[in-house]
Amino acid sequence: MIELEHVTKRYGAACAVADVSLTIGAGEFCAVMGGSGAGKSTMLKMINQLIAHSEGTIRVDGQDVRAMAPAALRRRMGYVIQSIGLFPHWTVARNIGTVPELLGWAASQARDRAAALLEQLKLPPGEFLDKYPHQLSIGQQQRVGIARALAADQDILLMDEPFGALDPITRQALQAEIAEIQRASRKTIVFVTHDMDEALRLASRIAVMDRSRLVQLGTPIELLTAPKTDFVRNLVGRDDLGIKLLGIALVASRMRPGEAAPGEPIAATASLRQALSRMVAEGRDRLPVAGADGAPAGTLHLGDLLRR
Amino acid sequence: MVRNRVLLVLLLAGLAAVPSLGFLTLAPNRLVSGVPIGLAAALRQGGEALLIPAALLAAGPFLPQRRATHAAMALAAAGFLLLLVRLAGSEAALLAASAPPIASISLGGGFWLLLFVASLALSDAMRRLALPVWATALLGAAICGALALLLLSGALDALAILREYTARRSAFGAALARHVLMVALALLPTVLVGLPLGIWAQRRRGLAGWLFPLLNIVQTIPSIALFGLLLAPLSTLARLFPALAAWGIGGVGLLPAVIALFLYTLLPVVRDTAEGLAGVSPAALEAGRGLGMTPGQLLWRVELPLALPVILSGLRIATLQAIGLAAVAALIGAGGLGAIMFQGLFADALDLVLLGVVPIVLLALAADLLFELGIAYAGRLPR
Amino acid sequence: MNRRWKDPLLWTSVGLVALVLLLPMSRPLFAALFPTLPRPLFELDSFADLLAGHVLVVAASSAAAVLLGAGAGIFVTRAEGAEFRGLVASIVTVGQAFPPVAVLAVAVPAIGFGFQPAFFALLLYGLLPILDNTIAGLGSVPSAAVEAARGMGMGEGAILRKVELPLAAPVIIAGIRTSVIINVGTAAIASTVGARTLGLPIIIGLNGANPAYILQGAIPVALLAIVLDLAFGRLLSRLERWRR
Repeated sequence: MIELEHVTKRYGAACAVADVSLTIGAGEFCAVMGGSGAGKSTMLKMINQLIAHSEGTIRVDGQDVRAMAPAALRRRMGYVIQSIGLFPHWTVARNIGTVPELLGWAASQARDRAAALLEQLKLPPGEFLDKYPHQLSIGQQQRVGIARALAADQDILLMDEPFGALDPITRQALQAEIAEIQRASRKTIVFVTHDMDEALRLASRIAVMDRSRLVQLGTPIELLTAPKTDFVRNLVGRDDLGIKLLGIALVASRMRPGEAAPGEPIAATASLRQALSRMVAEGRDRLPVAGADGAPAGTLHLGDLLRR
Repeated sequence: MVRNRVLLVLLLAGLAAVPSLGFLTLAPNRLVSGVPIGLAAALRQGGEALLIPAALLAAGPFLPQRRATHAAMALAAAGFLLLLVRLAGSEAALLAASAPPIASISLGGGFWLLLFVASLALSDAMRRLALPVWATALLGAAICGALALLLLSGALDALAILREYTARRSAFGAALARHVLMVALALLPTVLVGLPLGIWAQRRRGLAGWLFPLLNIVQTIPSIALFGLLLAPLSTLARLFPALAAWGIGGVGLLPAVIALFLYTLLPVVRDTAEGLAGVSPAALEAGRGLGMTPGQLLWRVELPLALPVILSGLRIATLQAIGLAAVAALIGAGGLGAIMFQGLFADALDLVLLGVVPIVLLALAADLLFELGIAYAGRLPR
Repeated sequence: MNRRWKDPLLWTSVGLVALVLLLPMSRPLFAALFPTLPRPLFELDSFADLLAGHVLVVAASSAAAVLLGAGAGIFVTRAEGAEFRGLVASIVTVGQAFPPVAVLAVAVPAIGFGFQPAFFALLLYGLLPILDNTIAGLGSVPSAAVEAARGMGMGEGAILRKVELPLAAPVIIAGIRTSVIINVGTAAIASTVGARTLGLPIIIGLNGANPAYILQGAIPVALLAIVLDLAFGRLLSRLERWRR
């Protein structure tokens, strides 16, 4: 659990973060959203004290961050940055094993853990363990960066615009993977982004920041249906509000179970937005739904999408 | 609270120098080592003015760091520098008045350290002030002008280094001229040969493949060894063709020095020309070719101007190297300021050594400054 | 086995050792080359001792220069030392204007003759390329890697040891290489102030117009410099293996 109470950061006369209070519970995926200069990265970096806060209190699992030695505090959290920052002179295996090495793990243990993480991130370990960063594409490098942050299996993961430098296809793939990782491990993730769609897709709660202040804290649906200020309303987008709402809900929540329909099925875990897109593209008003095992689970009707 | 740690460190270094090292040294003659004369004694005898800028500088590290503070520190450091030199001259004159004429009064370690520290304090203040280039150059010129005035007015004539100068005025002039000539004679062919070589080396990898290793080997050979290695073939040539000896071409003297200097300065010029050309943006080249420029026009109007800052930087390294190596050439009879330096070295006369070293350092600093201005200007040319 | 014999480092080092061992026996050769010389072979000191003396003064001064130069370079690139960076840059500029010979010449009246002024002059002049390259090398370390390391919980000392220095090493060692090669040359000139190096035959030869002496000094010195340069080149390519 991460608690911020009336936290402020001043640089001379200017204020980067002004009187922010929020609590991130264990297992939450909290996205911190805002435009450039809103203070989101600063806020993230105050959690692991890469930047020291000027006023207020920050607590991690009940302990004041100032009471801990900075290096020890940071070893308790995974950290992923936009510029990736792999160590060019170390192999992928040694990069991933950075924190385990700091914590005193045995070399073979660290290597096994690295192999397991590479598997999880869809990089064949046999091929990648002994490669050097410059031999990898950017997308592969950031996967290694994420593996490195997960290596010591800490409960908290801090991510600072991790997919900002990637192309849209890789970004989508990694978003799906990080969502899957969070679902499986129930880590607490603090995720800074300026991409609203990314935040809506991944987060269980979103903190919106505007010019150093916390403007709204809520679930994606709350932000979409009850924005508190014009800034938030503009941020979530007025024109395709409905489409965005569909993007958050899953097919499984609106399907009619047991019913059958002809044609190519859609996964129950897909979003309603993907379903709508298929219906429009194929010119149909109903789609068969397949469960996790591939077996037919029901049917989704176009009309049911409008239900509130 | 200390706000300027650099200035504080410099002040402490200067303060440490005052009691431990002599400001001047008084010796009964130029061959024997002398007695140190402390700064305190000199201050008492009419040098109190020095204490004003000194006090200002002492307060400096603790004052709030604003532009006014930096400007004050710059002025105080410059003032301290000039007053220090004047004090050295006047104190030497005082000592000379009451000492036998062959007594030698040299600048002591304390003087040099204080001079060095004051110059560093000045450059620190100037850096914090962040003035435009022309203003810095102007201030620098003003200080040099003031020092030159002091020198020419005879205020420093009692110092041993100037006595050495007066004793061999014409030899000094000849040595200075010879030194500059050596550097110029070596740099001219370096530019004429090195620039085209650099252009070719950038275009043809085959050439670069053996040219750079060869030039590297030449650079690796110690200068005196290279002089020595050139001596044997050149003296054999002179033996076989006595006519050449009549022209002054032989194993020793100016020619082997110039040849060696030329060989040494080739590498920086060739390498930086090639690198400068390699750094020209391919987009500019493509645009030029697309507009219909011939390769010659492309080279002259696009590539060379864009590569100029890097080429000048290589030429700067070459010039500084040449000025330094020309000093060693004195050992093979090429003359120059190195000859005066070695003369002093063998006679164990520090002031004679300094008479050779100080002009070399000033030459190098002046060349460095000119090139810096040139490189900055070349970088600002419309692109 | 075949490839090893083509290794330039191997045959130049063998050449140097062979030369130093064989020179004392080469009187007939030099007598034939320079028939007019009464003394064609340098015999005032053993070549092996001169080589040892040369290597000793270069090694000692370079070791000290690395400690001081790299230490100052590290200090100036840390947050606490950043204020001093301009000062260090100014000192470097002034230092470069002093030819190594000049440092030698000025050191003698202060320190005396023999090993000491040579050591001091080599140390002072050798400091600058190392300092410059340490600053440049540490500056070239990708800041993303340092930021990631800090964020993961590496202490500042560990970051320096495990990330910054290994990545800056090629540039730093290039600086040490430049410094050592220049020092080999200056150590030769230091024979003028009584240092026992391979420059002694050259200086005596120049004084007495004896080209045989000059060659007997110049060739080993040149070879020594080339051997050291090749050795550093080998070290550098080994350090940069991960780049390929």
